[in-house]
Amino acid sequence: MREKKNQNQMEPLKKFLKYIRKFKAWIYVSAVLSLVAAILNLIGPNALSKVTDLITEGLSGDMNLFWIRRICILLAALYVLGWAVNYVEGFIMATVSQDITKSMRRDISRKIDRLPLRYFDSHDTGDTLSLVTNDVDTVGQMLNQSLSTIILNVALLVGATIMMLVTNWKMALLGILSALIGFAIVLLIISKSQGYFSQQQKELGSLNGHIEETYGGLLVIKAYNNQNVSRKTFREKNEKLYTANWKSTYLSGIMQPLMMFIGNLAYVVVCITGAVLAMRGEITFGVIVAFMLYIRNFTNPLQNLAQAFSSMQSMIAACDRIFTFLEEEEMEDESYKTATLKYVKGNVAFDHVKFGYNENREIIHDFTSNIKAGQKVAIVGPTGAGKTTIVNLLMRFYDINSGKITIDDVNTIDMKRETVHDIFGMVLQDTWLMEGTVRENLVYNKKDVSDHRLDEVCEAVGLTDLIKQLPNGYDTILNEDAGISAGQKQLITIARAMIADSPLMILDEATSSVDTRTEQKVQKAMDLLTQGRTSFVIAHRLSTIKNADCILVMKDGDIIETGTHDQLMEKGGFYADLYNSQFASAGA
Amino acid sequence: MLKILKYLKKKEWMYAAFCVFFIVIQVWLDLKLPDYMSEITTLVETAGSAMSDILSAGRGMIACAIGSMAASIVTGFFAAKTAAGLSRTLRELVYNKTLDFSMQEVHKFSADSLINRTTNDVTQIQTLVSMGLQAIIKAPILAVWAIVKIAGKSWQWTLATAIAVIILIIVLAITLVIAVPRFQKVQKLNDRLNTVTREQVSGIRVVRAYNAEQYQENKFDEQNEIITDNNTIANRVMALMSPTMTLLNSGLTLAVYWIGAYLIVAASAMNKLAIFSDMVVFSNYAMQIIMAFMLLNMIFILLPRAQVSADRIVEVLNTPVSIKDGEQTAASEESGTIEFKDVSFRYPEAGGNVLEHLSFKVNKGETCALIGATGSGKTTAVNLIPRFYDVSDGEVLVDGINVKEYKQKDLRNKIGYCSQKAKLFSGTVKSNILFGENDKPAGTDEDVKNAMSISKADEFVEKMHDGTDSAIAQNGTNVSGGQKQRISIARAVARKPEIFIFDDSFSALDYKTDREVRRQLSEKTADATKIIVAQRISTIRDADQILVLEHGKIVGKGEHDELMKNCKVYQEIALSQLSKEELEDA
Repeated sequence: MREKKNQNQMEPLKKFLKYIRKFKAWIYVSAVLSLVAAILNLIGPNALSKVTDLITEGLSGDMNLFWIRRICILLAALYVLGWAVNYVEGFIMATVSQDITKSMRRDISRKIDRLPLRYFDSHDTGDTLSLVTNDVDTVGQMLNQSLSTIILNVALLVGATIMMLVTNWKMALLGILSALIGFAIVLLIISKSQGYFSQQQKELGSLNGHIEETYGGLLVIKAYNNQNVSRKTFREKNEKLYTANWKSTYLSGIMQPLMMFIGNLAYVVVCITGAVLAMRGEITFGVIVAFMLYIRNFTNPLQNLAQAFSSMQSMIAACDRIFTFLEEEEMEDESYKTATLKYVKGNVAFDHVKFGYNENREIIHDFTSNIKAGQKVAIVGPTGAGKTTIVNLLMRFYDINSGKITIDDVNTIDMKRETVHDIFGMVLQDTWLMEGTVRENLVYNKKDVSDHRLDEVCEAVGLTDLIKQLPNGYDTILNEDAGISAGQKQLITIARAMIADSPLMILDEATSSVDTRTEQKVQKAMDLLTQGRTSFVIAHRLSTIKNADCILVMKDGDIIETGTHDQLMEKGGFYADLYNSQFASAGA
Repeated sequence: MLKILKYLKKKEWMYAAFCVFFIVIQVWLDLKLPDYMSEITTLVETAGSAMSDILSAGRGMIACAIGSMAASIVTGFFAAKTAAGLSRTLRELVYNKTLDFSMQEVHKFSADSLINRTTNDVTQIQTLVSMGLQAIIKAPILAVWAIVKIAGKSWQWTLATAIAVIILIIVLAITLVIAVPRFQKVQKLNDRLNTVTREQVSGIRVVRAYNAEQYQENKFDEQNEIITDNNTIANRVMALMSPTMTLLNSGLTLAVYWIGAYLIVAASAMNKLAIFSDMVVFSNYAMQIIMAFMLLNMIFILLPRAQVSADRIVEVLNTPVSIKDGEQTAASEESGTIEFKDVSFRYPEAGGNVLEHLSFKVNKGETCALIGATGSGKTTAVNLIPRFYDVSDGEVLVDGINVKEYKQKDLRNKIGYCSQKAKLFSGTVKSNILFGENDKPAGTDEDVKNAMSISKADEFVEKMHDGTDSAIAQNGTNVSGGQKQRISIARAVARKPEIFIFDDSFSALDYKTDREVRRQLSEKTADATKIIVAQRISTIRDADQILVLEHGKIVGKGEHDELMKNCKVYQEIALSQLSKEELEDA
């Protein structure tokens, strides 16, 4: 078990070390500087010890002030040099660690664009976002602190140990031993306390969940007089959190005093042993002074290392998540594909298409249909019937299991995905607009769109009034405060599709969240958009699609009926049922 | 921040007092430790000292170290209890206050902000108290005490210490002025980066459809660049701290010895040893003073963040609740009637009226439907009936009595309310259907079954693993939208109210289920008055009274056929949904 845990921790660390290879030059420089700083630090006690001895001699006889001054000036110079070296090292690490985090963020962003949609449909958006913000941040912070801390402190630790052993092995052994015993006890407490921390996280999550739920459903809670019940649940959870809270706060709080104690203990041991040895005349007083400093140079690094390693734990966890994401399977590289369509007529054919989101669960069984250029295809079905599946397949967001989808007799699988995307324009129901100006949202990534063209399109979809009302016209920034309604957002996405001017169209109809007037506008704009283009319309209201050339009726993921409105009504199947039910009144 | 402290309970004040006491002990012991060292120094340098004296001083040192550790462990205990206790109190106060708020106040703060105030902001305060309480008490005690200890020794040493402290303050000031604001800025930049990434992920279909990957990446890179620049500068400044501390540490020790050498030379033979032993321990005291200033610095970094949180919490606690209970309990002469008398409504901070001069009456057992465009005020109007908001002008009567005169609890016991967005709570199907308190006896399994059959929830609940005892996840994420809505309708039915309010509750159902549910409702709950807000004409065409709302005004009132003849807005809505022939056919 333990073995496995260690392996799990080593793996991301190895990957991380591999990742930071491109920054290795600076990291080496920083490591060398750390070593230099540590050595400079360790010369101090030795020199100070000499000064002390010179002073002790002066207690009874003449003091050699000349030597004292020389050593002190030298030492002061070394300290200032040590400071400079230390700072340069810190400066480099601050820069390098930020460069590494920047590069990580960049790589994650690039990775997002190379992952198949399947990934995003099966993973929470929040998790991906948390990679960019929290996890990379954690790595950055730890990198900044831990890496230089580890190098410097290991050097100090080793150096102090050697210097102590060389100076006086008896004192050295006693001092080190007492520090290590104390340290072992602290490690024991740390490992015991882990449980309380996860307990605290758990209780916090549970309480926050309850708070979110209560505030989100306050209207219902009030309507049903549930306040007392909610308060009771809250009090129970709050009490549990309180207990977990003070315990974990307490445990993390006593680490510091324990560490201090270890430092003090070693200090006392060294002082007393030193005193005894000095009394016997085995050592001079200067040795005690040197040891008082050395032992601090031994216990402090120990303390810092413990801290650095515990931060490393969270860094490793973050690295693990980041690298797992970066190593997710990407979409196939398609640079070798060459099939393109010079002029798109718009004949679309489904030929024995089979598809399932899971390999073992096929939802579209052997679907065949020929759609002629300029036809309108409607996709209908109850909520959750999988109407977006068709969009996913046409756009090659997902690849089909077998069969083929062709556009003008070219199999879409032979084209690059970008080529397919260029053929289709798309307007989806969840109106995706980005934070930016109206112009940026309309033009998006299309090059060289003139203001004249913008005016034209806005006029056509009925956005002109809105643009006029906005404080800065096309340059108004769209955000939560801009007061753009859902319907107006829909119009903007339609205008965006119109500007992109693709030969084929995929549209998702506006739903009831849009008010009647705007809805009519949206409908009109959509009609305009589909004129003369082969179009696929996901319909929510049956009255608008009666004139479709082909209706695909979907249920539970599969296409269960196809045909025109009249054919389907005649058939008297699921579609007819669905259609009729919208007119029947409750009494009937 | 000080305002927050008044929420400390008596017990926690006592804990805080204990903290002070034990910190004093701790500081005393920490400063006592070098005294023993001084004693040992004298002993070692004095010829013919007894070994036992040294060992006894050594015992004293160990006792000090253990005592100091014990004192700080006890301090940690009380500090943790104080911090956790305060956060428990604050959390409960904010939560209870929020439950008392009318929707008006919730609207003002927004639910998201209230959640943040109850969770993150309270955690911020807790962090400050748990870390800061000790620092804020210890720093001044330590500083003053250590200064007193070294005061009488030698002004040259004191001067050296003063210079070290001044250097420290300068470096701290630099970091506070340059680095801290940048770190705060990074917080905001992080939000921006988050927005850009969220765009990239949530809009992934659009991004790909437009082949706009490069475009989004450029946007991302721009933010990435800014955030990295800020962080780099801030971290470069922060990198000053550790080397400077090391320099001050070693430099001060060096200075003390250097100065000491001259002092000893200048001193008379008698005093030489005393100065020597002072010298050995002086740097130890001086370091304690520097440590005290570091502790103060920590507070400067933590305080501004906690201050913001404290203000946000106090703002909630000091906001008065706008809706107050009336006196009237359940009993009244009429039953199941609703009347709006010239009702107008506007949100306090917004200017325009959301509702203007609404007047209508609904009798027992009748169905009244409200229809109109988004933003026409339908939801606002029905929300006045359970008194989620108070009218600005006019009055709303339920059973002939103004809603303001009821106790809120009794008013709401009369009503079965079904919200626009179905809202389920973690628990089971059953706990959701029997949700809330009512003065009636607790609902039975029979009630649940009955309610589910009316709302057509039985179809899928029976298929669930544990039937009505099947678990519902928080926010009902484990059932579909339509299923959620059916459970929430069952919840309203199980309450057996005089009045039903369905705020667009049927739109998540497909036409077929919609029709079935309404048929069941009209058969099995015929006595209850029903208020229905709807988007679909087909949902409401049988209503006894249809109110057509536009811009907060009633622009049509009557039955379907009447309105089709004389209300233009109604005709428009109808035509947008059904073609002319279909309307005539049906």
